[in-house]
Amino acid sequence: MSVDIQTVKRVAHLARVRVTDDEAKSFQSEINAILGFVDQLNEVDVSGVETMTSVLPMAMRKRADAITDGAKAEAVVANAPATEDNFFLVPKVVE
Amino acid sequence: MTELTALTIAELRDTLGRRQASAVEVAEAYVAAIEAANPSLNAYVAVTPDKALDMARASDARIAAGEARPLEGVPLGIKDLFATEGVHTQAASHILDGFKPGYESTVTANLWADGAVMLGKLNMDEFAMGSSNETSYYGPVVSPWRSEGSNAKIVPGGSSGGSASAVAAHLCAGATATDTGGSIRQPAAFTGTVGIKPTYGRCSRWGTVAFASSLDQAGPIARTVRDAAIMLKSMASVDPKDTTSADLPVPDYEQSIGETVKGLKIGIPREYRVEGMPEEIEKLWQQGIDWYRQAGAEIVDISLPHTKYALPAYYIVAPAEASSNLARYDGVRYGLRVECDDIIDMYEKTRAAGFGREVKRRILIGTYVLSAGYYDAYYVRAQKVRTLIKRDFELAFEAGVDAILTPATPSSAFGIGAMADADPVEMYLNDIFTVTVNMAGLPGLAVPAGLDSSGLPLGLQLIGRPFDEQTLFRVGQVIEDAAGSFAAPKWW
Amino acid sequence: MNAPVRTANPKNFISGATGDWEVVIGMEIHAQVASESKLFSGASTAFGGEPNDHVSMVDAAMPGMLPVINEECVRQAVRTGLGLNAEIHKRSVFARKNYFYPDLPQGYQISQYDQPIVGEGIVTVEVGPDNKGQFEEISIGVERLHLEQDAGKSLHDQHPTMSYVDLNRSGVALMEIVSKPDLRSSEEARAYLTKVRTILRYLGTSDADMDKGNLRADINVSVRRPGEPLGTRCEIKNVNSIRFAGQAIEYEARRQIAVLEDGGSISQETRLFDPSRGETRSMRSKEEAHDYRYFPDPDLLPLEFDDAYVEALKADLPELPDEKRQRFQSDFGLSAYDANVLVSDREIAHFFEALARGRDGKQAANWIINDLLGALNKAGKPIEASPVSAHQLGELLDLQKEGVISGKIAKDVFEIVFTEGGSPREIVETRGLKQVTDTGAIEKVVDEIIAANPDKVEQAKSKPTMIGWFVGQVMKASGGKAAPQAVNDLLKAKLGIE
Repeated sequence: MSVDIQTVKRVAHLARVRVTDDEAKSFQSEINAILGFVDQLNEVDVSGVETMTSVLPMAMRKRADAITDGAKAEAVVANAPATEDNFFLVPKVVE
Repeated sequence: MTELTALTIAELRDTLGRRQASAVEVAEAYVAAIEAANPSLNAYVAVTPDKALDMARASDARIAAGEARPLEGVPLGIKDLFATEGVHTQAASHILDGFKPGYESTVTANLWADGAVMLGKLNMDEFAMGSSNETSYYGPVVSPWRSEGSNAKIVPGGSSGGSASAVAAHLCAGATATDTGGSIRQPAAFTGTVGIKPTYGRCSRWGTVAFASSLDQAGPIARTVRDAAIMLKSMASVDPKDTTSADLPVPDYEQSIGETVKGLKIGIPREYRVEGMPEEIEKLWQQGIDWYRQAGAEIVDISLPHTKYALPAYYIVAPAEASSNLARYDGVRYGLRVECDDIIDMYEKTRAAGFGREVKRRILIGTYVLSAGYYDAYYVRAQKVRTLIKRDFELAFEAGVDAILTPATPSSAFGIGAMADADPVEMYLNDIFTVTVNMAGLPGLAVPAGLDSSGLPLGLQLIGRPFDEQTLFRVGQVIEDAAGSFAAPKWW
Repeated sequence: MNAPVRTANPKNFISGATGDWEVVIGMEIHAQVASESKLFSGASTAFGGEPNDHVSMVDAAMPGMLPVINEECVRQAVRTGLGLNAEIHKRSVFARKNYFYPDLPQGYQISQYDQPIVGEGIVTVEVGPDNKGQFEEISIGVERLHLEQDAGKSLHDQHPTMSYVDLNRSGVALMEIVSKPDLRSSEEARAYLTKVRTILRYLGTSDADMDKGNLRADINVSVRRPGEPLGTRCEIKNVNSIRFAGQAIEYEARRQIAVLEDGGSISQETRLFDPSRGETRSMRSKEEAHDYRYFPDPDLLPLEFDDAYVEALKADLPELPDEKRQRFQSDFGLSAYDANVLVSDREIAHFFEALARGRDGKQAANWIINDLLGALNKAGKPIEASPVSAHQLGELLDLQKEGVISGKIAKDVFEIVFTEGGSPREIVETRGLKQVTDTGAIEKVVDEIIAANPDKVEQAKSKPTMIGWFVGQVMKASGGKAAPQAVNDLLKAKLGIE
């Protein structure tokens, strides 16, 4: 399979990465080189093969329901580019 | 007395224990070495001399009180991927500009709890994506190694290139590193150092910036097999904060070093004899086989039939996970932000400015393979192939193989910029021998085994059963004993 | 698409200009799981709080943070599944739903996709009562229930050019309960939502408080000609009251019918209900091709448990409304209507059981439904805050049964207890409200009334029902305290009736 330039742009938008037309072009050829490479997976007969969901057989540990975290709003927003009263600020979102 | 920075961790432990040097003296020696070398090697992106000296003073007090811990006073470099509280943590990316976490990764917290001293943060490929350490926002790392008769700069490999270069150039006694497709073993092999990627789940991933969650594992890069064993013992733990961390006690890895390998079965997978493999690599591998035979191990030919599919499957799974893991870098809560009036513009421009080219490419690939209509054809198929790859190994181990011997890399290190115009797939081929191990979650150890014709290091890889790192250290020591150690002539 | 299992009932059809239409409704109910801490972090789930105060580094998606699942949320999801008579999946998988939004810090929501914790189930819903006081019982299919993270909150009115983001809700556990497209009217939809809320409250798996946003519904509405294939649906997002759900469906169904009858077509889209205008409107501004790129969350392992775990939870379930209703009907002889009203709220049912213990069930039901609930409704109080306890009301019923007070006085005493509090027995005692059973005293009153109304006495001879008028006069003259039976007997004798 291969991608066209529109697909590259659509995917870039989906991933929220702005790309110029030139960048889209060079990404297109690189992505197609990689897609060409991974196409060899189609040689493998995977019928009846289970999809891996965890690489090693382990039971998922669960935690007890207790409040053990939070109450540190200053630390949570400490690295933020724009804040006020411990809120994060973003350009206005129109709903 | 030898230079303090020339001592291995094991030697340092003895030297400090016998009070032949203080931890402060050791830390000072390393800080001086870093200051002198870093302009040439660019191994560190942040040096923390004050922290190092404070920690060293605390270590000296511990030693004086007879309360030394396993890594007391041992100065370490930390890959920039590990969160270190209040200290530069940016995964060598522009997008994490200025980020100083309010928390400490489990792996580094374990090291500090065992008395280690932090020297600073090590350069790496951006978000651990790369095999040459040329994708860092902070510029490429230079290997201390050079081809004979040449002054050309050589890559240290990647993504843990800063870790490998710093260990090889004696800018730290040992370093933390991470490995998603070969990022510990390939740079270790390129720099004549020892690196182990432990079994998935052996080291906690909590507090380590994620690249591909189902593949990422932390491990050490060190000068000797023994040092790697000492470090891994401290780094590994059972962590309730990481659901994928294994609930198994951490063994004393150092104890298994020196045990005989007589009677052990060493598997030689025929599929690793790839087309176009340089003769030098072939020779090195054969040399390794001979060493094991001489040590009394049994050599068995094995087959891992799905080997060739590991790399293509990896280049679906890893970018897919990365595309999602890196969605959190959106300019809202930390790091870089390009101010815009519109939220979507802000996201797109921030991420365009913050991520480097390699990272963007992988985000795009990952987004594409997960997108509607392609998910089954790519992601699901790749995860099925992964099941087959893992089964290959299981069958080999069920047949009684104790460890598998392969080359670590298909070549020795190349020059900085040499791959600049190459197809991305060519660069990815660096991981051809290492990536299978991540796909199957197994432990893999890279040990220096010789030099190529131009005098650059080459390594061999040992692959073990899940959570059987002990056997890898035991078996790896045989190569180190036979091959000796390799140090780059100092030029920096 | 699932084939709807319910057959059409013409009484639910909506008549348009060109004939009948059937509305087809499916619902996705989001209920906040009752837990102290979040689904994947140890931060509090408490409502409100200072900005970003109930937030851990995990909820803020700091680099390197990892989710660890809260076992209580798993338990509550399984209990809810059992309460919905649903299949419990012993192995389920968490998946990431990827999209960018400022209140979604990870850039993905951890949810469940193709392998949810709970599969198909059935909810029995009582629709009604109709004008004859009858309920219609319908069965609504549950498609699935899954666990997922709630998002944070954006405030848009704090600043001219910026939105404020608070992550206190980010990561709170939600159960999404997806119905099959089995609902056929706004009334059925309201009844279904009400029933699910009741079940959640009985189970204690969610407080299901819609005012706090702890229960919200996304409602899929489409219309079709009866018997024809399903029409294109629109999704009405985030409806946070049962009344609004009804209004939104009514509006949306009629809107779609109008479009279709005008020869137009319905485009699949997301809409919002505006309660102030009673309309749904398109969220076209945000409409962008969604591609959520679901894939299993590699930070989490599959969620697994065994039969014993499920069986233990099953054994420990409380009595649910359907069972309770049946028991109330068979044990207390209640009508379906009364039983339905009583079980509609767990607290009302508890009140009833406390009151009916050792007493007449029907009488207890009448008192609760006709007097207590009416008074509470007028006072705007929930039953938990009732000023009259089951103990107090019980005392009142006992006084009436013992013949100490009449039914009329009982109502008065109830009013007093409701507004002033106190023991009914003491109130009756201190205020002299005891029934007069002394026949001599009653006879005196009777005689006075007869003497004062010779014309009425005359009438009563030919019209025995006139006795009612005399009883009324006697009761009035005695301040309601005369024992009604004694009054009746005396009047009959003296008027020569029978």
